[in-house]
Amino acid sequence: MSTAATKSPSKIPTDKLLRLYKQMVAIRLFEERVNDLYTRALMPGLAHLYIGEEAIAVGVCEALRTDDYITSTHRGHGHCLAKGASPDLMFAELLGKEAGYCKGKGGSMHIADPATGNLGANAIVGGSAGIATGAAYASKYLKQDRVAVCFFGEGALGQGLLYEELNLAQLWKLPVIFVCENNGYNEYTHFSESTAGDVSARADAFGMANETADGQNVREVFAVASKYIERARKGEGPAFLQFKTYRYHGHHVGDIARAYYRPKAEEQEWVTQRDPITLHGQWLMDNGVADRAVLDKVQADLIAEMDAAVEFAVNSPYPDPSKVDQDIYA
Amino acid sequence: MPELATAVRELTFGEAIKEAIAEEMRRDPRVVLMGEDVAEAGTTFKVLVGLVDEFGKERIIDTPISEAGFTGLGVGAAMAGMRPIVDIMFGDFLMIIMDQVANQAAKIHYMSGGKWKVPLVIRATMGATRRSAAQHSQSLHAWPSHIPGLKVVVPSTPYDAKGLFKAAVREDNPVVIFEHKISYRKVKGHVPDEDYIIPLGVADVKREGTDITLIALSSMVQVALGAAKMLEEVGISAEVVDPRTTWPLDEKTLVESVKKTSRCIVIDEGYFRYGITGELASLIQEQAFFDLDGPVRRLGAMHVPIPFSPSLEDVTVPSERQVFDLARQMCNK
Ligand SMILES: Cc1ncc(C[n+]2csc(CCOP(=O)(O)OP(=O)(O)O)c2C)c(N)n1
Repeated sequence: MSTAATKSPSKIPTDKLLRLYKQMVAIRLFEERVNDLYTRALMPGLAHLYIGEEAIAVGVCEALRTDDYITSTHRGHGHCLAKGASPDLMFAELLGKEAGYCKGKGGSMHIADPATGNLGANAIVGGSAGIATGAAYASKYLKQDRVAVCFFGEGALGQGLLYEELNLAQLWKLPVIFVCENNGYNEYTHFSESTAGDVSARADAFGMANETADGQNVREVFAVASKYIERARKGEGPAFLQFKTYRYHGHHVGDIARAYYRPKAEEQEWVTQRDPITLHGQWLMDNGVADRAVLDKVQADLIAEMDAAVEFAVNSPYPDPSKVDQDIYA
Repeated sequence: MPELATAVRELTFGEAIKEAIAEEMRRDPRVVLMGEDVAEAGTTFKVLVGLVDEFGKERIIDTPISEAGFTGLGVGAAMAGMRPIVDIMFGDFLMIIMDQVANQAAKIHYMSGGKWKVPLVIRATMGATRRSAAQHSQSLHAWPSHIPGLKVVVPSTPYDAKGLFKAAVREDNPVVIFEHKISYRKVKGHVPDEDYIIPLGVADVKREGTDITLIALSSMVQVALGAAKMLEEVGISAEVVDPRTTWPLDEKTLVESVKKTSRCIVIDEGYFRYGITGELASLIQEQAFFDLDGPVRRLGAMHVPIPFSPSLEDVTVPSERQVFDLARQMCNK
């Protein structure tokens, strides 16, 4: 509908603007519950929270189709949710339950879901660059118009495989988008201490289209991602996108005392000034797309959904030990 | 096998592999082959010369020198509906692609709870005595054999190579196939015209015997057969059993042979220490202990980096003579 009442204040349609908000809130609420489950010792393994970076997964995945592909990282819950995963099956996987996406065999760092094009989160830094590029290759060879997105943190810039894939992708004009989520830190080290030169210059070196944008502005992420995804879909080749962002929590949930590697004031600044959900919510209100009541309702509905999902996961059974040697071979 | 009206067709080991790839590519358009210099050059070993003429550069694909890069790409392409064959040239380069093989390809099916499949074939080579020195001569089939989720093929004859390769392409799991470089031209044998596959995980008795079992893989099958001939002359009847795949492993055929003969030597071109021979010997001791006349013995590559000089290199690989001497000693003849 293009009546005056529903006319969007940006090029992005109104319903999409609201969906961007909703999806970010969903991830935030999901991750808050992960934090809670983890600190209550209900979740085994490690939990790398995506809180603070939601605009990237959401902005990018909202520009994708369900049959497009993604690969994700150890900090992958946001990507999986943004691509369409169900919170209940995700929580179940995080808790190691039979009902989980991977029957409890993958866990937090390995959520995979063919139904939503999720080729899998990966616990090897940079380890999925080949998989994403290969899916893009298959899409091109099989004359499908599916695009693959490879999410990775700036830490992966230290991995050689990434450069092999950038070269192959550009050489063969593959529909793959490399999305560098630059949250400033490789674990407990500022990326400037591990990364020589300019990040986007790496893409320039391969002649690859690239852009750097604000990862806290979901509309900007969506616009930039849409542009390069559609370009790739038309067969015009890959792109390298860098989004500047910040993770609010520790590298993983147990990383509490962080002052030795990043100042509290820096954390405070991002949390209070640059929060993607607050910023987008404010923008929606300022531009008359939604009022506070609408946003509150979005949040309240999601809280109910997430709490139900947690309950489902907590109450579902662990896999029977007899399943341990199933699924090794197809 | 039924009597053949026509003359028996002989192919080299290399020709058999090329034929397997060509047939599978004709059968299934999702099969592509990629690697360095595989198209016009037909690989460094010239094994695939001519394939690009039939299938074009879209399907016989020259890659940059990026083994990890194109292997990873192969993993993703396999997941997304293709059946790629990636060619890493020298088995020694397995280390370069090992993350993509062991941490990615091998584990994706399991980690995804059985949802994703990786129907990928990785071509590698093995074998010393080409004077190629320590980085181009190793037989590293024990490495992927160690990893759950992979299947590993080590063919010894043209017939086996063709049938096993075709089975590998039709597999829904990642398969690493080790082709013995020296065998490409040197080993010839009967390969029928008609389509056939050899299922992975079925051992083959290459020669029947009653006094001792020689379990041998890949290049060592020829060595064992040569030794068996020498043994026959001194009145020892040796059985030669070729597992053909290290995983899945046809334990039954190996164990039954040893139960029959009561003696066993395991012979492999991989490094002697912590490798295939140790694994197979322990299997035999566990499952045929009370039928054994004495300990299972092993012969493998010496535990040294493979040297360049012929006089040094030749002593690193088990020989017919070594097998003969050891078997004779074990049989007290
Ligand atoms: C190849 C590899 N090396 C090291 C690690 C250990 N590790 C896990 S996360 C991480 C930091 C990754 O930083 P980045 O890529 O920027 O992602 P972020 O955690 O900031 O999201 C490291 C070093 C690993 N998982 N894989």
